[in-house]
Amino acid sequence: MTDLTSLTIAEAREGLASKSFTSLELTNAHLAAIEAARSLNAFVLETPDQARAMARTVDAKIAKGEGGPLAGIPLGIKDLFATKDVRTTACSKILGNFVPPYESTVTSQLWRDGAVMLGKLNNDEFAMGSSNETSCFGPVVNPWRREGSNTTLVPGGSSGGSASAVAALLCMGATATDTGGSIRQPAAFTATVGVKPTYGRCSRWGIVAFASSLDQAGPIARTVRDSAILMRSMAGHDPKDTTSVDIGVPDYEAAIGKSVKGMKIGIPREYRLDGMPAEIEKLWAEGAAWLKAAGAELVEVSLPHTKYALPAYYIVAPAEASSNLARYDGVRYGLRVPGRSIGELYENTRAEGFGDEVRRRVMIGTYVLSAGYYDAYYLRAQKVRTLIKRDFEDCFAKGISAILTPATPSAAFGVGEKGGADPVEMYLNDIFTVTVNMAGLPGIAVPAGKDAQGLPLGLQLIGRPFDEETLFSLGEVVEQAAGRFTPPRWW
Amino acid sequence: MTVSVKPGKLIKGQTGDWEVVIGMEVHAQVTSKSKLFSGASTEFGGEPNSHVSLVDAAMPGMLPVINEECVKQAVRTGLGLNAKINLRSVFDRKNYFYPDSPQGYQISQYKSPVVGEGEIVVELDGGRTATIGIERLHLEQDAAKLLHDQSPTMSCVDLNRCGVALMEIVSKPDIRDAEQAKAYVTKLRSILRYLGTCDGDMEKGSLRADVNVSVRKPGGPLGTRCEIKNMNSINFIGQAIEYEARRQIEIIEDGGTIDQETRLFDPNKGETRSMRSKEEAHDYRYFPDPDLLPLEFTQSYVDELKAKLPELPDQKKARFIESLGLSPYDAGVLVAERESAVFYETVLDGLADKARDGKLAANWVINELFGRLNKEGHGITASPVSAAQLAAIVSLIGEGTISGKIAKDLFEIVWTEGGDPRELVEARGMKQVTDLGAIEKVVDDIIAANPDKVAQAKAKPQLAGWFVGQVMKQSGGKANPQAVNDLLKTKLGI
Repeated sequence: MTDLTSLTIAEAREGLASKSFTSLELTNAHLAAIEAARSLNAFVLETPDQARAMARTVDAKIAKGEGGPLAGIPLGIKDLFATKDVRTTACSKILGNFVPPYESTVTSQLWRDGAVMLGKLNNDEFAMGSSNETSCFGPVVNPWRREGSNTTLVPGGSSGGSASAVAALLCMGATATDTGGSIRQPAAFTATVGVKPTYGRCSRWGIVAFASSLDQAGPIARTVRDSAILMRSMAGHDPKDTTSVDIGVPDYEAAIGKSVKGMKIGIPREYRLDGMPAEIEKLWAEGAAWLKAAGAELVEVSLPHTKYALPAYYIVAPAEASSNLARYDGVRYGLRVPGRSIGELYENTRAEGFGDEVRRRVMIGTYVLSAGYYDAYYLRAQKVRTLIKRDFEDCFAKGISAILTPATPSAAFGVGEKGGADPVEMYLNDIFTVTVNMAGLPGIAVPAGKDAQGLPLGLQLIGRPFDEETLFSLGEVVEQAAGRFTPPRWW
Repeated sequence: MTVSVKPGKLIKGQTGDWEVVIGMEVHAQVTSKSKLFSGASTEFGGEPNSHVSLVDAAMPGMLPVINEECVKQAVRTGLGLNAKINLRSVFDRKNYFYPDSPQGYQISQYKSPVVGEGEIVVELDGGRTATIGIERLHLEQDAAKLLHDQSPTMSCVDLNRCGVALMEIVSKPDIRDAEQAKAYVTKLRSILRYLGTCDGDMEKGSLRADVNVSVRKPGGPLGTRCEIKNMNSINFIGQAIEYEARRQIEIIEDGGTIDQETRLFDPNKGETRSMRSKEEAHDYRYFPDPDLLPLEFTQSYVDELKAKLPELPDQKKARFIESLGLSPYDAGVLVAERESAVFYETVLDGLADKARDGKLAANWVINELFGRLNKEGHGITASPVSAAQLAAIVSLIGEGTISGKIAKDLFEIVWTEGGDPRELVEARGMKQVTDLGAIEKVVDDIIAANPDKVAQAKAKPQLAGWFVGQVMKQSGGKANPQAVNDLLKTKLGI
């Protein structure tokens, strides 16, 4: 039965509908795969009993012909999503054994549509990281290795558990979140498809907040089609999130296979970095050629404020984070380290509960919002953000349908290899992805090839607001041309 | 908006006169069923932590959603303060660590408040008024309540109040003495209560004021201010200002300088004391709350609310003066409290002839009813004499059925025993005697029996009053005084 795990969601959907197998069988196959892959550290909590119970329930529904769009599909859930009665920690010690009495809107929509929860997935602590090394549960291991090497590689982050689990066939798809590239970068590192929807497309209610104006939930899956299937269930207006937008959810899957003929695709000149590896350059050119072959028109475009995006991002995101994380104070839930005064209780709890990277960002954020620095940092960064947004608007106003860029400046790197001495080295991972969050646009990372060492590389497509459909159409073209990539099983 | 500031009472120091400059921040709890950003109840006095939503407790991943009712109340209040309504405003986070703030920040409005500049006219002694400028009004969350007396080793937190909507109403520094300050809070409270946007209950903390006080030589540059926090009584506000102004004057006259600081008023000692200095002040790291979109509404929304505003005290006062001929003082007394105005208007509704008896009714409400209520320590809402009963009493006087004197007796009966005034007058024979023949007989008898008094009255007509008294006495107060007067004049030939 193990080959059930290699099915795509679309294939499993057919198998379930035609009663070739049951959701329970599909779920058990995945539970077995998870158990066999604990060395990847992708799951921080396995919920086999709940998974089987959900599978049985949905099997009964399928038998009556009542299954929803995701009926019986086993998924992994990033530990940033609150899951009712199931421990939710954001992979931080400070949440301890927090068990929320509520379910996030996005996951509740997945369960509404019949999906099955396999467990909670590892991530960087509070989604702060690009390698999944900041998790209090330890780093996630990338199922991909360099050819002829046993070096343990990171899966990227912060949704490293999601990417690793999907790539290693531990779940059919996973929820993830993206604040500066946390869906797209790990997708690129693991040869999976990751979608960062338009800001406001998915509800943030019940997702542990990192940077509220940038955070957005999205899927990681093995094909563009699967990601479109998941998106349809995850998206939608939620009155409980004021920033979610009341626009109807289209049938994203219908965009798969749609012609891209005549679409103008922007190639932004500012994304051509000095010292960019030749293989990234080559991949980008290849992607452009595939789209051209499919009938799209390639246009060089300019996004002049791109170089300010990363520094501005590392002001805005930590500023919001410093405030969002103030609630973890040891008073109401999670970790509490006592002290002789309330001040000491706060200090002890937060010093012990937060890891280094989270502490660093809380301090950066506190600093940039402080009296006397606010104008020079936070306000300035917000102005930069407006300019970045305008860059894209100008571009789209010229008839550009989407923008093609590399997803990451490199392939996956080794655990402990980056950011030890200089955190900026790690932050540079997000150089191609943060602009999208700053502008609130949708972006998709699609596997497009391998580097010289056999590691996957991805391309990113950036779309107009709420035009995820075009990204799915274009992503499908890339996927058809590049093929799919599965890591050889070594674990 | 320019407001001409009314000079206040100057304070004499050793070096001459000093002027006090006062600005106020009033926190008024918005009247609404649920909290500013959550569906939890705002009811007062629930079991600790019984009105708490996931949002109020700042659980991970929870998001605030604005309560439109609170926005409506803020806009209505702004209109009542004759203020500019901002069609676009922004919610900011005020960051600080303290257990009364589970989120670690208070959601407030910092740079772009929902209501901008306005002004109100306040009533001072002797019929004087002063116009006080309003700087702004913004919406914000109330904090939780800390209980330090529940355990020897711990403090407890009650989140019931946490997240309840407050309006912070900031005055311009236009207030010049304690009297004006008290009048300002009184008037503000009255307007809020008329609007129904805040119950104004200072004892329950629904209305509290932070008072900024500084002193200067009249017309000189502004002095350094101190802020007296959390005043919840209008009288204490007056006392605190008097104390604080003298404290500052003494320091300056002794060659010292005023430290900008936050102070607390101790009502037992009648003095203010330092709470924290400027150096200890928090850096609140305000920034726009990314969980909330800017608050936007249309002018037609505002216009609609404006059209539905109730009559406010100033308008009501003007109407009482104009249409009923009340004195400005009486009208002012009647409209000061919404309940008094409601009572008076209910009395008016019960009168047979409003134009004839409206003024008389005002006198009765103010002098007889308020006087008696004050004496007995009752509020107007607990008055033993209802508005309908008082209307009946006033109508009986107005139509000449009873005299004013008898009316007082009747009022006393209604106050203590209750009952329908008209029936009481019938049943107890309190009707005024207007039968001229009957009165004439009494008059003749008294004139016949007192020839010396007659002679005196003829020489000095003012002394005719003695006869009036005698006639009223013999008739048990029931004789129509006008008829008695007329008869006496004729009979005595004066």
